Amino acid sequence: MSNFQYSRRALLKSGLAAGAVLATPAIVRAQEVRELTMLTWAGHADPEVVGPFERAHNVRIRAKEYVGGDQMLAQFAQSPVGTYDVILADAEYVSQLYQADYIEQLDLADYPFDDFFPEFQKFEGHWYDDGLYAVFLHFGFLGLSHNLDALSRSEARNYRAMWQENLRSKVGQFDWHLPNFGTMSLIEGNPAPFDLNAAAWQQVQDTALTLRPQVRGFYDYGGTLSALRSGEVAAMPGIGDWITGVLQRDGANVATTIPEQGGLQWTESLSIGKGSRNQDLAREFIRYMISPRGQVATATLKAYPAMVPTRAGWAMLNEINPNEAARQNMSLSGANALDEIRAGRIQLRRLPVQQSLESWNDAWVRYKNA
Amino acid sequence: MSVLSAKVRLRRRAWFALWAAPLPIWFALFFMGPMLLLIAMSFWSVQNYRLTPDFSLSAWSYVLSLDFLWSTFWRSYGLSLISAALVSLLAFPASYAMAFLITPARRLTFLGLALAPFFTSYLVRIYSLQVFLGEGGVLPQLFHSVGLSGASLLNSYTALFLGHATLTLPVVLVLQTLALGNVDRTEMSAAVNLGARPQHVLRHIILPAARPGLSLGVLFAFLLSYAEFVSATYLGGGVFQTLPILLTDLIRGGQQWPRAAVVSLLMMAALMLTSLVTVAWAYRQKGN
Repeated sequence: MSNFQYSRRALLKSGLAAGAVLATPAIVRAQEVRELTMLTWAGHADPEVVGPFERAHNVRIRAKEYVGGDQMLAQFAQSPVGTYDVILADAEYVSQLYQADYIEQLDLADYPFDDFFPEFQKFEGHWYDDGLYAVFLHFGFLGLSHNLDALSRSEARNYRAMWQENLRSKVGQFDWHLPNFGTMSLIEGNPAPFDLNAAAWQQVQDTALTLRPQVRGFYDYGGTLSALRSGEVAAMPGIGDWITGVLQRDGANVATTIPEQGGLQWTESLSIGKGSRNQDLAREFIRYMISPRGQVATATLKAYPAMVPTRAGWAMLNEINPNEAARQNMSLSGANALDEIRAGRIQLRRLPVQQSLESWNDAWVRYKNA
Repeated sequence: MSVLSAKVRLRRRAWFALWAAPLPIWFALFFMGPMLLLIAMSFWSVQNYRLTPDFSLSAWSYVLSLDFLWSTFWRSYGLSLISAALVSLLAFPASYAMAFLITPARRLTFLGLALAPFFTSYLVRIYSLQVFLGEGGVLPQLFHSVGLSGASLLNSYTALFLGHATLTLPVVLVLQTLALGNVDRTEMSAAVNLGARPQHVLRHIILPAARPGLSLGVLFAFLLSYAEFVSATYLGGGVFQTLPILLTDLIRGGQQWPRAAVVSLLMMAALMLTSLVTVAWAYRQKGN
């Protein structure tokens, strides 16, 4: 009997001790590194970009990379609620994220919108019923990217150069319908290139088909880089400095020209995933990314350089990396890239307005099979 | 005595049962299960980018009504058939030499060398071929130096074929060598002793006897090339639109897994039919 009592006491004691031992790691863990998950295009979890934030907040960014808005939506839809704290998405896909109730409403007061250039403050697709759902991170223009040995800047001032005899089988295309059909729509002179009635949409597809014999191949990100660098293709429509900027850094003789028919603007934005358990941290991360330091890191991103929407970001870039600021035409005094937008030469890349995304995708597959 | 033989019989049955038992499990796990899932998935639907169990014919009607479906189908089929035939012809002299002209020890060394490419990832091999074939690459420069056009060879059928050959040539070499190695030497010697010329021995003795193995070589080269996506994309540049490229396009654009399942089933039907016909022909008895 006494033995039993002793063992019970001993058991309690050792149980408490074991409990304390087991609990210790949890307490230690709580003070350990937190984790912030991000669903993003490639390259954004580069330590040069997120490193300072990780150290300042004792957090580790875990990025799940995707290619294309559809894959991003599918990835989110197939994951349990709260899997992703931060989502970096193309601006035109924010509407889809909002409609599917995948993102949290943001508090305007948390972000320095006064510092944004006016055209980016109330940006299309980021606001619903006066509520903010995404914060503009960076943007770039899409025009005609070309190898300067094969096509001069003056020749590239007109998209029609792609139909020249000497570019037969020398035109490459990025394997995605939106920038390609969008460019065709600009060539056809549609003032709103993604808002097309049936006749205009048919005309865009017909024009695209006339370019098909000139096409060398269809490329992903890596393929686009190597095809332009090697001269395998001489010109690519709907591509921009996000590709040629990377190649220029490596000394390739390539450029992006915005032809007289105009160009498109791609935009990427940050949102907080619905049900995120780290909303405070996610908010801090977005604030960091639009702080001057985060903006400079974004503007000089290794994977793809881009322009940024804040004045303070421009100022800091001009101060610490004036060459890159000049290369990207982000001058705070005198003419700069924003003049292209203000002159009406740049249209936002949007989802098709009068057709479904699926019908554009089908048309693209049909075009590739032509 | 009879008790003993019953015991032996029982033991023998247990021994065979032990070997036979995994077969249905293996078959169910690796063939029937995935196949049934694929068939079921072709009737599912995609709602808000989410694959949802359903009984819908929409994926079937969508894929079957694509105006370019059959041109893509026959392009895939034709390109892989040409690749399979060319690879088999290319491999044959080497297989012949390995089977008849060198010692068994050397044959093993050569077969080992033929299999060596498998030690590297297929993707890496295809990427490295880009260096050889692309603008300013090794082969275009070589052609240029002998007065030919030095244009890039990428995104051409030549590049696609080289990709297919990278994948299939080692397999075909091994299958052909084994097939030729098993040809009855006494029949060959008898023919030679009776005055048959080497080309007659090849035509009337070797080729008929090795037919099953040689046909399997062509079949495997075809199967592997038909389902091939990496070369079609990175060496063919996506200009040769094949069914595997269509399949990935369907998934990338809208996560249409049911439609991709329909394309997969069409591909499997074509492969099975081709395999059955080839095997039936390969093992056909003389006079049948």
